[in-house]
Amino acid sequence: MIKILLFAHLQEAIGSREIIWTDVPISVGELRKKVAEKYNLLLQSVMVAVNEEYADDQVELKDGDTVAFIPPVSGG
Amino acid sequence: MNEPLFFITKDPISIEEVTKKVIRPEAGAVNTFIGIVRELTNGKKTLYLEYEAYETMAVKKLEEIGGEIQKRWPDAKVAITHRIGRLEISDIAVVIAVSTPHRDHAFEASRYAIERIKEIVPIWKKEHWEDGEQWIGNQLETKVYPSGKPEKEDLVDD
Repeated sequence: MIKILLFAHLQEAIGSREIIWTDVPISVGELRKKVAEKYNLLLQSVMVAVNEEYADDQVELKDGDTVAFIPPVSGG
Repeated sequence: MNEPLFFITKDPISIEEVTKKVIRPEAGAVNTFIGIVRELTNGKKTLYLEYEAYETMAVKKLEEIGGEIQKRWPDAKVAITHRIGRLEISDIAVVIAVSTPHRDHAFEASRYAIERIKEIVPIWKKEHWEDGEQWIGNQLETKVYPSGKPEKEDLVDD
């Protein structure tokens, strides 16, 4: 089971801060694709963090990981 | 006040509190960068802003920026506080304080810190206007991160 965190416009689009994903193992890239399809989101340009570190699409996810979809940041 | 050097808060930021964290006998200069809420962006009038953060990761990334600064300017001491929640026009959103023995490094390192915040720290702002609202960033899919990570040239201009 993977916990997926959503922020900013993504959170508003699905009306929730968190998604639970049970289909593991899966790569970051696959997850990005499947979540985009299932929730009708544009996730191509978002960054992904796995356990609070930026990760690329090749990273394999495992049970217990926390994934965050991170839209381009706009702090400061 | 015993706040850590790298801090996210929902409360108003005290410039003096952040600055005090880096003052020490070796320092001959403190450079303070203050980011505040601007009313007009591209001719559009903002009523107020809302900042959201992935707080635990944002703190880690601020600490990482502190580590990068330490490598480039080993004599620097840095403190950064970023505010989240609802901010009104002219409210302080971020304060960066850098102390160094000599002024050059303090100027350079504080500039470096704010540029890196805009690249890697997971904080987002939503602008509220009279006729609508929008999360700022690049949610229109006009930018793609091929590596899945922000690159140097992906620096969002403000």
